[in-house]
Amino acid sequence: MIELLSAQSGPAFPVLNAIIIVPALGALVVVLLPNSRPEMMRPIGAIFSSIAAAMSLYVMAQFSSHDPGFQFESIQSWIPALGINWHVGVDGISLWLVVLTGLITPIVLLGVDPHHDPKPYTAWLLLLQAGSFGAFLSLDLFLFFVMFEIVLVPMYMLIGGWGYDDRRYAATKFFLYTMAGSALMLVAIVSVATLSAGDQGITFNVIELAQRQALSTNTARWCFLAFALAFVIKVPIFPVHTWLPDAHTQAPTAGSVVLAAVMLKLGTYGLLRFGLYLFPEASVWSAPTLATLGVIGVVYGAVVATMQKDLKRLVAYSSVAHMGFIVLGIFAFTTQSLEGGVLQMVNHGLSTGALFLLVGMLYERRKTRAIEELSGIQSAAPIFAGFFTIVMLSSIGVPGLNGFVGEFLILIGSYDTRRWWTIIAATGVILAALYLLWAYQRVFHGEPTPADEATPDLTLREGLILAPFVVGIVFLGVYPKPVLDRIEPAVNELIAHIENHSDYERPNPADPVVVDHNQSSKDDH
Amino acid sequence: MSLLPLVGFTGPSIDWWALLPQIILLGAALLILLVSALAPQRTSISFATATTVCASVTAWIVAFGLWNDIKKEGPSASIASALAIDGFSIFFTMLVLIALTITALLAHSYLGREGIDPPEFHALLLCSAAGAMVMASANDLIVIFLGLEALSIGLYVMIAMHARRPEAREAAMKYFVLGAFSSAFLLYGIALTYGSTGSTNLIHIRDYLDAVVFRDEHLLMAAMALLLVGFSFKVAAAPFHFWAPDVYQGAPSPVTGWMASIAKAAGFAALLRIFFAAFANYDADWSPIVAVLAVLTLLVGAVMAILQNDVKRMLAFSSVSHAGYVLVAVQSASASGTSAALFYLFTYTFMVLGTFAIVGAMGTDGEHPLDRYSGLGRSRPVLAMTFTILLLAQAGVPLTSGFVGKFQVIAAAVEDRGYVLAAVAMLSAVISAFMYLRIVMAMYVADDEVEGPSPKLHWTVSVVLIGVTGFTLLIGIVPQFLIELAEDAVPVLIRG
Repeated sequence: MIELLSAQSGPAFPVLNAIIIVPALGALVVVLLPNSRPEMMRPIGAIFSSIAAAMSLYVMAQFSSHDPGFQFESIQSWIPALGINWHVGVDGISLWLVVLTGLITPIVLLGVDPHHDPKPYTAWLLLLQAGSFGAFLSLDLFLFFVMFEIVLVPMYMLIGGWGYDDRRYAATKFFLYTMAGSALMLVAIVSVATLSAGDQGITFNVIELAQRQALSTNTARWCFLAFALAFVIKVPIFPVHTWLPDAHTQAPTAGSVVLAAVMLKLGTYGLLRFGLYLFPEASVWSAPTLATLGVIGVVYGAVVATMQKDLKRLVAYSSVAHMGFIVLGIFAFTTQSLEGGVLQMVNHGLSTGALFLLVGMLYERRKTRAIEELSGIQSAAPIFAGFFTIVMLSSIGVPGLNGFVGEFLILIGSYDTRRWWTIIAATGVILAALYLLWAYQRVFHGEPTPADEATPDLTLREGLILAPFVVGIVFLGVYPKPVLDRIEPAVNELIAHIENHSDYERPNPADPVVVDHNQSSKDDH
Repeated sequence: MSLLPLVGFTGPSIDWWALLPQIILLGAALLILLVSALAPQRTSISFATATTVCASVTAWIVAFGLWNDIKKEGPSASIASALAIDGFSIFFTMLVLIALTITALLAHSYLGREGIDPPEFHALLLCSAAGAMVMASANDLIVIFLGLEALSIGLYVMIAMHARRPEAREAAMKYFVLGAFSSAFLLYGIALTYGSTGSTNLIHIRDYLDAVVFRDEHLLMAAMALLLVGFSFKVAAAPFHFWAPDVYQGAPSPVTGWMASIAKAAGFAALLRIFFAAFANYDADWSPIVAVLAVLTLLVGAVMAILQNDVKRMLAFSSVSHAGYVLVAVQSASASGTSAALFYLFTYTFMVLGTFAIVGAMGTDGEHPLDRYSGLGRSRPVLAMTFTILLLAQAGVPLTSGFVGKFQVIAAAVEDRGYVLAAVAMLSAVISAFMYLRIVMAMYVADDEVEGPSPKLHWTVSVVLIGVTGFTLLIGIVPQFLIELAEDAVPVLIRG
């Protein structure tokens, strides 16, 4: 009853709905603009995108850091015949991904020149933003699936329309891999909803389904596997990562940035929100396997990245390694590891997004990304090299920058429950230093050729585009507390939920988080 | 007139009002033929098209009135229970009439462009539509067969309408021979059904099967098997699909669209009414067979589609694969499965008609290579986007009607504990998606020197494309009313 009342007296303005709708509306407006004004497309797109970004910042500002549940919830009936609602809400896990999605899109929209067809380019980027918001915010399985799949189309079109030579192959591979993963997830979604229906009627409401836990152990495990497959491909985890290097290498810079910063997070976010939350027992059951795959990804991604000749491919493989860390953190089920995992999603978005932007800028100047064709860039473009250094150090995980905080939390949190995995994963940190520093050395140090000497330095505009990334990187490295404060309650709630519904117990009962756990379980009764 | 009662014959009571849609279509067909025979100069194709569209719209209004009557007064049967007037029959009547309007408009531009403008085409189309409507509302196996023949005979001629092209004649011949073949299966199945139940009327069959426990079911099983084979031919379900690629490729594109939409939908309508309604007690016998057919159809259609290089053949195999989806819904033998099948057929009709409208606009030669679409995204961005939407809808991408259709089919299968079947259906969707993406990529990724094609779109084609694409997106976003419509249209057997 109290819930019902509070739902009705909630915020009058459904800000989360607006966040999703505004960019989509922007795409429509851009499509309807006359073709004769190509220079208007991106600024107008950026306005809509920025409005959404501003609203995501408003949500961040208004977000109550003590509330572990979903805030700004909004439910509208959508397809009552099938029990489907338009149901959105945000909690500490999704909050920062929403903010990240909000900020990245206007930056790449303004910052990366598509060279041709600005109108569809802008429209697709806006739709991508809308879909990503939708996927992070939806609390209805059907709505989530719609958003999860629909983001494929804009990204597919961006790779196909504005990518490099092998774009046809890369775009199709990207689409089919993800679609193949989500195919079985749809069956699992319907199964979960149908089998949990019981007397209470069919629902796709995530919160409701997580509370019911009506599936038998075996069924839940099967369904979890179907969900996990979709997310594991999206993350991507070894051995289903092969679409990622192709997609990243062939995608235009804006596509690579959004893909790395936002879309890969759909995988890890999905594992947290739908894997752990809906299937706690199955998550615990499968945790050793998934954590192992994550660790393999860390080492494998790093080793393969070392061998790359193409700078963009190197960054792509470094993504595989970083995402492996996040998966390890998720399946270690401790407060720190999950906090670190969520934070690392944001960190990876910032550092890898910025790396892709930098590689794109280098490509614009030199029309090549081959490491061996570049050398001594530092002397010709010192500011560029400076930005690259900061972002690279963040990606390596040097203390004082954001990457360190995330990786450290993951490692320290996982050590309690997954000791050997953590020890192996820690070598990934060293390997990251190896491949990134080695690549940096070859590209930026050494004797510049005449072509290298002629490399122009960053323009003011490019500097302004990179500045928000660097600010984020340093801020999160020095003072992550406001971010972690908002992540922690949601993460503790999730772990408590897992403990309630499986035989898993947190390793350290003296940990102060147990207080939260008791409170939340009291609330449950 | 008044002699009949004298010799002791009383005809069955006939609900003329309920038959009005069919009568209007046949009247329009006769009008077109009469005018073209009697008029001093050649009848223009515009007259035939206008008559067809007017007849179709009028019939639609009548059908809409009937729908409201049924909602108020409940379903009924007419002509001694030979025809059922229920939600199911009106649902299909409305679908057929929409497809008829669209096909008439598409044929108008096609025939005009090709310089073959006999008004007979539209007359045949009207007869074929009336046949499809009879098939969907028939309550008697013989009447179903009559409807099927009326539908098919019109089609045989329409396929061969482009007489100068050998492919069209070949396609018509193939369709005719295999159509006759499948009719034979069907008739044999009807005969065996009569033999085992003593009636061809679905209500009597159902009553008989309710009342009697067979000591030896073999005759009935054989009857069901033969009926299934006959309908599988008609809806192009594997392994009875071999005619489809050749015929779809050779036929004029508007006719291909009509075959892929209405010939299929009418086949499924009859299949659903016979099996879901009349053979309901024996679903444990026929449902597994339909499930096997569904798996075969899904996989054969999807796998063969990606091996083709000709767009019309790709779409032919994709249409086979879509029949597999409907079969997945049919095999669940439940009300939700049936309404999922109805929803799927309704939305698929729009997608496939729109797809073949574009294929028709892109050229008419027997061969339809993928290269023809190279660079369409650059030369005609709006047309390319329309085609992309229709193709992605067939691939089942969310926010299109195709996704909602697939979702309901999967839901029906899962409710019936058919997890494996649902998984196979989704995997075949992924395989088919590769084929749709090939076409999309061909349009958008082309070398810079390729000058994209620039087909002229007749205004009728543009109108159709706006309509079907709008519908596909609309149902993708707000499917509620169509879902309710399909739920109201689950067939019932009316005793009366």
